[in-house]
Amino acid sequence: MDYLMAFLVGGLICALGQLLYDTTKLTMAHVMVLFVVLGSVLTGVGLYDKLLTLGGAGASVPVSNFGYVLTKGILSHLQRDGWFGLLSGAFELAGAAIAAVILFGFAAAVAFKPKG
Amino acid sequence: MTQRKAGKRSISFGPGVGITASSTVVGPMEAAGPLGRYFDTVLPDTKYGEKCWEGTESKMLKEACESVMQNAKAQPEDVDIIVTSDLLNQLTSSSYAVREMPINHLGVYSACAGFAEGVIVAGMALVGGFASKAVVAVSSHHDAAERQYRFPTELGVQRPPWAQWTVTGAGAAFLEFPAPDPLVVSRATLGRVVDYGVKDAYDMGAAMAPAAADTIEAHLQDFGLPINHYDLILTGDLGSYGLEVLRELLARRGIVVDTQLEDCGALIYDRNKQDVHSGGSGLGSSATVFNGYVLKQIPQGRWRKVLLVATGALHSPVRVKQSESIPSVAHAIGVEVKES
Amino acid sequence: MMGSNVKRPSSSDPVRVEHQMDFDAVAAQMRPKPLLARNLAVAYLVGGVICMGGQAINNLLLSLGLDKAAAGGRTAVVLIFIGALLTGLGVYDQLGRFGGAGSAIPITGFANTVVAPAMEFTREGYVLGMAAQLFSVAGPVLVYGLASAVVSAAVRYAAGF
Repeated sequence: MDYLMAFLVGGLICALGQLLYDTTKLTMAHVMVLFVVLGSVLTGVGLYDKLLTLGGAGASVPVSNFGYVLTKGILSHLQRDGWFGLLSGAFELAGAAIAAVILFGFAAAVAFKPKG
Repeated sequence: MTQRKAGKRSISFGPGVGITASSTVVGPMEAAGPLGRYFDTVLPDTKYGEKCWEGTESKMLKEACESVMQNAKAQPEDVDIIVTSDLLNQLTSSSYAVREMPINHLGVYSACAGFAEGVIVAGMALVGGFASKAVVAVSSHHDAAERQYRFPTELGVQRPPWAQWTVTGAGAAFLEFPAPDPLVVSRATLGRVVDYGVKDAYDMGAAMAPAAADTIEAHLQDFGLPINHYDLILTGDLGSYGLEVLRELLARRGIVVDTQLEDCGALIYDRNKQDVHSGGSGLGSSATVFNGYVLKQIPQGRWRKVLLVATGALHSPVRVKQSESIPSVAHAIGVEVKES
Repeated sequence: MMGSNVKRPSSSDPVRVEHQMDFDAVAAQMRPKPLLARNLAVAYLVGGVICMGGQAINNLLLSLGLDKAAAGGRTAVVLIFIGALLTGLGVYDQLGRFGGAGSAIPITGFANTVVAPAMEFTREGYVLGMAAQLFSVAGPVLVYGLASAVVSAAVRYAAGF
């Protein structure tokens, strides 16, 4: 059942992040960076696709997926355009998320005041 | 008895610098804590009608100053020096709080040890004959401090159990020399900056405990006092964890604390009901607990001799990112009710 | 984070050295320990639930006829919207205190890292404050995400896949 797998895989990834945060000197920002890099690396070796098939949203919701979509976008452009694809493909798939976060960030800043 | 230097670190204020009035302003969280009833003014929220938290802090500090002068029945024109401190870069809360006051101003900084530092500076001016009336006022604001030292306030950060919560509060004291009343600051010990290698910006309590131990030891040595000369030793903001570290560090130096040892940060909040982990921190911690809770109960006889050891973690976010550690300092003032 | 990175003192004063050793021992011994088991369980739960929420949104979009890629892209945007809204309402920071990595690692947490400084710094104006600080927390994720993606993709491409 895909909900169960999403819960199990997604929860595990988050718990791993918590473990790193509590037992090392890494800040949460460091952990997020580490996970996104792992996402890219696992995509490069073809493993993240398998994780997505297994965990569904459990693998696509964590920030590691950002590494996956960046890498996939670049790969698709590399195949099409050669080495220039390293640059042109970067935001192919991730662009919508980045545009969204900028626009929603702006909107929230206009609409809401920080409460502390 | 005249004022003099005592040992290498301390000052005797002779007949003593009188504390003739005090005032405190706190936020809602502090008012909801166990010491709530000892504070004078409670803000309705953390904004207090201002657009930004820095503005709120200045407003709080200004009100603490105005209240303490009112309580002392003094006009601003009567005050020779006002010494203030706060935690924000460039001492902005102070500057904007006093900019309409026609009083000579000295801004001091030693992080959360600022209140004691202010009393020491004002006290030296008073017994040195350079002033006869002075105001010492300090403040901190939780959100203004978080925003500057750590993270934006709406960021979902999980703090470790040894972290503390910066107090939103301002406290002020009115000092006079010669002292008209028996409540005086009779002794002080100046802190020395020490660095014990703590690098975690959430670990301030531990960072400051060695400085507190150092200053307490120097105070007792310089004056030849046993620790139980004081009914209460009150540290500024070590928190519950830092306080226990201090107790043990003192024991290892041969000082067994056989009198009340408390910490303002550990007292100001209910650690079971309020999510503050190890307790309160910030200039507001020592300033409100000392000027509110302690000074109000001394005339009622709860304590006769109190040593306030205000502790400051000299946290530089820039230097910490450069892999440096956090030095600390502790300044102490001994307050007593003189026998007539 | 556990422990503080204690520097060996460079002092030659034996008393100072002794005090440092005392401090190192006492601070480490008395430091309250994070409840690791509790934190892991809560992070697992919160993260798992947020991912299930993502799965629900994805399934809904698929049932509306979108293909896998289209649904995936839109799910991300919906989750970003939810993270942004909860940050704006002042709820996401409470969730973060409690959920730790369970709320920071999902893409909703990424939205929080952008929206929080945006809201915070509007006081310093919309150009020099809000906009300048938008990526002050999330920047590293973009920078290192991109850098690692370029390297990973280059290696894969060069290796002939």
